Amino acid sequence: MSLSVKIRKKMDSFVLDVSWQMNNELAVLFGHSGAGKSLTLQMIAGLVEPDEGKIRLGDVVFFESKAGTRLKPQDRHLGYVFQDLALFPHMTVYQNILYGGYGISKTEKESMAVEMMRRFRIAELRDRLPGRISGGQKQRVALARALMRKPRVLLLDEPFSALDASIRLGMGRLLKEVQHEFNIPVVLVTHDLHEARALADRMFVYSAGKIIQSGRPDDIIHLPESQELMDLVESSAYRTQEPAAIWADPLRWELNRTP
Amino acid sequence: MDFASWFSLRLSLQVASMATAFVLLFGVGLAYLFAMKDFRGKEVVDMLFTLPLVLPPTVTGYYLIVLFGRKGLIGRPLFEATGWSFMFTWQAAVLASFVVALPLMIKTVRAAIESVDKNLIRASYTLGHSRFTTAIQVIFPLAGKGIVAGTVLSFARAMGEFGATLMLAGNIPGKTDTMPLAIYSIAGSGEWSKANAMVILLTVISGLLLYIANRFGRRLI
Repeated sequence: MSLSVKIRKKMDSFVLDVSWQMNNELAVLFGHSGAGKSLTLQMIAGLVEPDEGKIRLGDVVFFESKAGTRLKPQDRHLGYVFQDLALFPHMTVYQNILYGGYGISKTEKESMAVEMMRRFRIAELRDRLPGRISGGQKQRVALARALMRKPRVLLLDEPFSALDASIRLGMGRLLKEVQHEFNIPVVLVTHDLHEARALADRMFVYSAGKIIQSGRPDDIIHLPESQELMDLVESSAYRTQEPAAIWADPLRWELNRTP
Repeated sequence: MDFASWFSLRLSLQVASMATAFVLLFGVGLAYLFAMKDFRGKEVVDMLFTLPLVLPPTVTGYYLIVLFGRKGLIGRPLFEATGWSFMFTWQAAVLASFVVALPLMIKTVRAAIESVDKNLIRASYTLGHSRFTTAIQVIFPLAGKGIVAGTVLSFARAMGEFGATLMLAGNIPGKTDTMPLAIYSIAGSGEWSKANAMVILLTVISGLLLYIANRFGRRLI
């Protein structure tokens, strides 16, 4: 299934104007904060409406300004992992995941939730409230909840930014697995170049509401087409707190692959 | 306390309970509307519902007579159709308490709903849940303390309603004399010992309600 996004929205002094396409792969929207990456996700999800453009997943048109098509977020059948994860604080881990199973019969939903918790190694947290579990665990709950409905596209808004390096690696691996297993378009927003490079099949580089380059991550990093991107690549290499090696080292990547 | 005092207490509790039930029903709905929806004239509508909070209750009562009196805008067709009027009935006391207590519920619950993390609401939508399910499963439970506080405050306000009730329901002994009205009559006729008992009782009830609101609801003061 292919996801195509062509959107334009003017906000105060900022204009988002991007157009991109992807297939059943993991695409990363990369760039500084405020570049319009999260806004793009919100528009795909139907939480924010573009001024004009078209968003289409397979044969389903989510949004088309000319035809007046505006599918409600509820009807887009997508999984969305928010930056703050947005776990319901008054529901247990199990209830949170169950809540993701909209439109599925009760018994099926329950067995799916149990399977999800086993799969994401959170079974022992079943009756805990989100306030009483760690950041990495919350992450997995949010992912499990988003996947319950077998979404047709998965959107992730910097979900790993609050985690430390070793957990991020595990989450990245989990995300890759999920992408292969569900075989759907997965869109990950990040401002971390190492994360982008380690995970992306395809990368779209955002800057001030525009895409300044797109392609395979290695090509982008080795052949930046603009001074702006060169600066972005350089600043990422220096600014990142964690050692770049943790993402870049293929051996460690492989070692961590088998649980 | 004599029989008449006990009657007043029972009437007050009955009126306040019924008024609070209606306040809960309409107040939570209106609070949701004000907190979640943007529509033209929203602040004007909000202002109209809030007015009874700041107007002298007698003025609110006067408006209610204009609306619900036997010759009122709503009262006249109601009287012509059924032969029944709100005026000088205990139902009028419920209506007066309802109108005066409603803004307390709306304000408290609106603030509570507005403080619910917007991402949680959006998350519920992206998971496929309707606005209604989201309200019931996510918004109201998370605004629960505000709803508890609003309910208790409304009940306390309804228990203490005087001015609007006097205008609309009158002060008919054995029929519409709720505790505040009975206290007014008794004090006026100089029966101090009876007045003392009722005043203390009403103070204790109201104090208890505030304690409950603070203990189980959102902190109010």
